[in-house]
Amino acid sequence: MEKDQNNILEEITQQDYKYGFYTDIEMDIFPKGLNEDTIRMISDRKNEPEFMLDFRLKAFRKWQEMTEPQWAHIKYKSIDYQDIIYYAAPKKKKTLSNLDEIDPELIETFNKLGISLEEQKRLTGVAVDAVIDSISVKTTFSATLAKLGIIFCSFSDAVQNHPDLIQQYMASVVPINDNFFAALNSAVFSDGSFCYVPKGVRCPLELSTYFRINAANTGQFERTLIIADEGSYVSYMEGCTAPMRDENQLHAAIVEIVAMKDAEVKYSTVQNWYPGNKKGEGGIFNFVTKRGICKGNNSKISWTQVETGSAITWKYPSVVLMGDNSIGEFYSVAVTNHYQQADTGTKMIHLGKNTRSTIISKGISAGHSNNSYRGLVKMIKRAENARNFTQCDSLLLGDKCGAHTFPYIHNENKSSIVEHEATTSKISEDQLFYCKQRGIDSENAVGLIVNGYAREVLKHLPLEFAIEAQKLLAISLEGSVG
Amino acid sequence: MTPILTENTFKEKMLKLFDDNLRSNFSSDNEYIRNIRKQAIGDFVKFGLPDTKTEGWQGTNLSKPLMLEYKQHFKPFEKDVDVEKIFMCEVHDLESYLFTQLNGWLVFKDESLSTLPGGIVVGSLASAFKAMPRVIENHYARYSKVSNNGFVALNTAFAQDGLFIYVPDGVVVDKPIQIINIINLTENLFIQPRNLVIMGKNSKLQLLHCDHSLLHKQSLINSVTEIILTENSELEYYNLQNKDSDSTLITHAWVEQHSFSRFLSNTLTLNAGIIRNNMNVNLNGQGCETNLYGLYLVDKEQHIDNNIMVDHQKPNNNSNQLFKGILDDQARAVFNGHILVRKDAQKTNAYQKNRNILLTDKATVDSNPQLEIYADDVRCSHGSTVGQLDPGAMFYMRSRGISEDVARMALMNAFASEIIHKINIAPLRNRIDEMVTKRLRGELSICDQCILDCNERRKYSFDIDLSRINC
Amino acid sequence: MLSIKNLKVEIQGKEILKGINLEARAGEVHAIMGPNGTGKSTLASVIAGREVFDVTGGKIIYKGKNLFDLSVEARACEGIFLGFQYPVEIPGVSLVNFMKTALNEQRKYKGLDPIPAKEFLQKMEQTKKLLEMQTSLTTRSVNEGFSGGEKKKNEIFQLAMLEPTLAILDETDSGLDIDALRVVASGVNKLRTENNTFIVITHYQRLLEYIVPDFVHVLFDGRIVKSGGRELAIELEEKGYEWIRQHT
Repeated sequence: MEKDQNNILEEITQQDYKYGFYTDIEMDIFPKGLNEDTIRMISDRKNEPEFMLDFRLKAFRKWQEMTEPQWAHIKYKSIDYQDIIYYAAPKKKKTLSNLDEIDPELIETFNKLGISLEEQKRLTGVAVDAVIDSISVKTTFSATLAKLGIIFCSFSDAVQNHPDLIQQYMASVVPINDNFFAALNSAVFSDGSFCYVPKGVRCPLELSTYFRINAANTGQFERTLIIADEGSYVSYMEGCTAPMRDENQLHAAIVEIVAMKDAEVKYSTVQNWYPGNKKGEGGIFNFVTKRGICKGNNSKISWTQVETGSAITWKYPSVVLMGDNSIGEFYSVAVTNHYQQADTGTKMIHLGKNTRSTIISKGISAGHSNNSYRGLVKMIKRAENARNFTQCDSLLLGDKCGAHTFPYIHNENKSSIVEHEATTSKISEDQLFYCKQRGIDSENAVGLIVNGYAREVLKHLPLEFAIEAQKLLAISLEGSVG
Repeated sequence: MTPILTENTFKEKMLKLFDDNLRSNFSSDNEYIRNIRKQAIGDFVKFGLPDTKTEGWQGTNLSKPLMLEYKQHFKPFEKDVDVEKIFMCEVHDLESYLFTQLNGWLVFKDESLSTLPGGIVVGSLASAFKAMPRVIENHYARYSKVSNNGFVALNTAFAQDGLFIYVPDGVVVDKPIQIINIINLTENLFIQPRNLVIMGKNSKLQLLHCDHSLLHKQSLINSVTEIILTENSELEYYNLQNKDSDSTLITHAWVEQHSFSRFLSNTLTLNAGIIRNNMNVNLNGQGCETNLYGLYLVDKEQHIDNNIMVDHQKPNNNSNQLFKGILDDQARAVFNGHILVRKDAQKTNAYQKNRNILLTDKATVDSNPQLEIYADDVRCSHGSTVGQLDPGAMFYMRSRGISEDVARMALMNAFASEIIHKINIAPLRNRIDEMVTKRLRGELSICDQCILDCNERRKYSFDIDLSRINC
Repeated sequence: MLSIKNLKVEIQGKEILKGINLEARAGEVHAIMGPNGTGKSTLASVIAGREVFDVTGGKIIYKGKNLFDLSVEARACEGIFLGFQYPVEIPGVSLVNFMKTALNEQRKYKGLDPIPAKEFLQKMEQTKKLLEMQTSLTTRSVNEGFSGGEKKKNEIFQLAMLEPTLAILDETDSGLDIDALRVVASGVNKLRTENNTFIVITHYQRLLEYIVPDFVHVLFDGRIVKSGGRELAIELEEKGYEWIRQHT
């Protein structure tokens, strides 16, 4: 049995990261290093208005005063911020309004990733913004959405075409000095997605951003801003991959969501950055700040994430429940294998009356990895009748990995109820034997059991994401039972 | 000599005090003790005292009590104190071997170390330092670790007296040993009691620790208790904490468990000024049982912080934590529970639960139950709830004609009784039950008080700064 | 079909089976009876391939193959089915998904393509009807929150779906009320053919009133001490296991 499992583990560890290829595209790349000139160059290259440069410089100055946070349960060699390229973009020939003008290599790249940039070939019902390295290369269905008044474009386009919205909402949820990585992003971010859904509009398509790191030695700093005006609804998906490299690459993104009265935003992520090899070399350092604010009454923000990639994951998609009766949700599956480290969870900040939050977190650790859930539930005095329910489970596959749970609960209010439950366990021999007795081999059995374990979370994903996520879970973990 | 300490110059004062005493009051220490003191004062200088940025101390702010001026006494008081004249234990029908500590020093009539049936040695730690140097060397300061706060080191540097218990192999102590710590002075007092409990193989003991404040002003107590449970021994350790608002109590218990030992602790906090209990249990053997219970009933400005670390170092051990609290007025409770399951600690079962009831919107609870697990064949779970009395149960009782007040009282009693029923000494259980009922009615004001334990490593919390968000 | 020769099995150094001999042919139903703790469930587990046991002697030949050369799942694919005494819960995995995976794995082993979705669903419907099963059971997670009776019915459902050639039912009757017992037994009877073999392990004669065996074996202290026809079960019920004890 033991031997059998080791063999399977071996097979799994040999499994290649199938998105690890590199595309040779003609690139516009800045030299390494970060100073005010770099920031001016980024702003200049993007032809930004004055307020953007001011914003960036202010953030940069704040960032210089800040230090990297140390509280997470992760270890990594310190990052040399001067050894990173802060801007890398596929060379533009003209403005990309037509698919014919995109480098065919790029189209091929996205085809290989299973993301078609040709609208007619795309599965119906999904609009995509494709971001490669620092730049958004193509946003599909923009025109269709525009008819409904929905703005869905790259962040850069929004800066040019909707500066009022950008000025009003950018950094309103994640302030520039919120944390070290948020400040860095605010200073150097190059692109990302922007979405505005007007009052009363239910977005008919799944909006999706696909992030791809391609160039070597670069950092990726994208920024997403979603505004759901009163009574609107939008479902947003985010996917990401990167080539296999021995170096660690930094990804420090920001996502901000604003939900006005009666609005609902559903944000789903399948994070599959390159996790490094089985010895723990290479892989993406993923330091991300994601936060939404339920600004109006009866609004709802729901985060669903499947985290399988990255050498280091540091992210806490959070909801500030400001409006009365607003709802925050966090559903997470985090898988770590080999030497991956994840410290992820959420913060639910209850400010309004009758606010509700639900947290379901499923951690799966294998190999030599460490997987931590860190969550904060806070209820202030004003948050009468607020409710939180948290369930976070850990599954350990193998005896060299770690699974940790660090919940913080702060309640100042007698009518509020916070409930937290957590369990840690492994796949039982009985379950495995039961599956095998029905003819299912170890690999498939583990895949089946892990997917069952994660189902509570996966069922919150949009359908086509759910299928991808299930496959990913199976790929990263089949058979790794200890 | 009555030195004064304040926060600003705390370190220097302690250092100077230490040097003075090294030449005077500590000069008769043997070499082992002296070396331990010297090392401890160094550790204290290195770590300093915790503030609210220190890991695990975010919830408890000691800056106010540390700003006050206290006196410390490094010599015992007059020997002939008739404790019974100033204090009577109120637990009826409790037969126990009773020991008293007055203002930091153990009180005795004839012998400073008594020998009880079976060869049990109980008495003054100061005397044990001299009378039993071998036992002291084998155990004293071997289990308490320097943690990220200087309190343990500070105690170790200055510790002079406290309760010493040695239960020989195979001895079952026939009735509980009770230690009552009394403070009875008309000046602000800082004391650092030090206790050592050594349980021989297959031995068994029930220990009850109560503290009382009689005549007193501001007090600061920083106590350390070391407990060693050798193979197959069993200890029940009850702490009754009934402190007044002018008191600050910091307790540390370090428990070392060898194979097949069983440890039960029950910490009952009925009133508090500021209380910080640290309990560290190291499961350094197999087949151990650890049950840690706590109940806290706090109101007004009272503050209770329970900090628990159970370290599963070896396989096949079971641990269980259950802490419950009811908070009224502006009271504040903190629970930091930590289960650490190390790589080799397979077949661990570890459970942790914290339940809180808030009666007002001014009371605050911080509950951080944490699991850190490096072994895969384990069963661990934790739970935490903060809420109110079950409205369904309230309604049910009222629908049967029970008034709201009575129903509320009944539900609070029921909530507390789960912990009270873990007390295995019947007279004590009855007395506590009575006290809790009185406490919940707001009728309990006397000060009983007690001791607990210690911890290491905690992360910073990671709150969102709302003032920065453009709400 | 199945030939067990002088099978000896230990667990943690303790000998449980002390030389079992058993021959079972296609179309036969064998009942194995005996008091608790005599090794009945061990025998079932060893045939299915549970790893916690150490086989110290003897062999099991199944369809001409040495069973010990085959993994648990290979044995299942070769047509061995174990109806568990305590079916395990697998949270989040729907019975539909579980059955489809199992069926397709077994088909893959035989070199067949996966069963088309429509055909699979039809098969499930038919099987449910055959066994008088509630529709809702199949959409729920495997055994999760099932009552004792539902779990046992579920085992028979899986038996019907997978169509094994050798089915071992380990104390399928335990914890069943009389109605559930009837449903389970009638299911088994409907599935009996001349091509398959059933080994029914039970403590009580009760089940054998519904599933009539061709042979009854009494397992006692790790050995088969008595074999006979159906009448042996009745005699055993009347005289009790003490009777066996006295005769060995």
